[in-house]
Amino acid sequence: MVGQAMTAISFDNALGIHPQALSVRSQRSEILANNIANADTPNFKARDLDFKGLLKGEYEKRDRMSLDRTHSNHIPAEAITTESSLKYRIPTQPAIDGNTVETDIEQAQYARNALEFQSSFTFLNSKFKGLSKALRSE
Amino acid sequence: MSLGKIFDIAGSGMGAQSLRLNTTASNMANAQSVSSSVDQTYRARKAVFAPMLESYKSGEPGSPVTSFDPRHSAGEGVKVMGIVESDAPLQRRFEPDHPMANEEGYVFYPNVNVVEEMADMLSASRSFQTNVEVMNTAKQMLQRVLTLGQ
Repeated sequence: MVGQAMTAISFDNALGIHPQALSVRSQRSEILANNIANADTPNFKARDLDFKGLLKGEYEKRDRMSLDRTHSNHIPAEAITTESSLKYRIPTQPAIDGNTVETDIEQAQYARNALEFQSSFTFLNSKFKGLSKALRSE
Repeated sequence: MSLGKIFDIAGSGMGAQSLRLNTTASNMANAQSVSSSVDQTYRARKAVFAPMLESYKSGEPGSPVTSFDPRHSAGEGVKVMGIVESDAPLQRRFEPDHPMANEEGYVFYPNVNVVEEMADMLSASRSFQTNVEVMNTAKQMLQRVLTLGQ
């Protein structure tokens, strides 16, 4: 009985989407930092993560293509589509040197992303706090 | 966690901008360095930037990447491809009393455009500041992660 209860606690279930969200946000901060570092590079095209698309893919696994199986002996096959969630940003004021980085927009997005990172972190932290509170005997 | 990479990216940006600031300083300092022949005259120097991508590590170094594969992960910062000298024509002035004047009485002034250099200097210092801010924020995020579970 005790063993069953122990296996029922799965970290994936307990922590929810927050670890993935934290990982995506740190990945996005890297991409935005790269855009800002290349603010003066000719022909550089600013890129960003499509967070909504990523989250949707995470929830529904829509980016995965799997083959229909009509017989139980068929080997399951699955492929992940190569369409990247890394998209090019459309500039509002294109520069003459082909650079599409708009430092103010990138900076705003970076600050926002840092804040979202902190909120994801707070959610994850409270999950851990709840778990450790549940484990305590008193 | 890929937050550690931000330090490299912002660091490369800061390095590139400080090099650009360096060329500006050199150009401004030499704006009035005259000489008696075209070959010996100082020419304005400019740093050329290129995005640093994954292929730089595996492919042959120095090859410029003009387009990139969307499947690549984020770039790895900015790279200084080199420093080029400006092709703009030099200023030839008739100053026969000048000690550097040639036989015909001409001296050559560098093709440094002071207004352009000042604008470049402001742009470089602002970009440097932005990269510092990025690094600071990344540091805060990383420090926050270290307190997880406490």
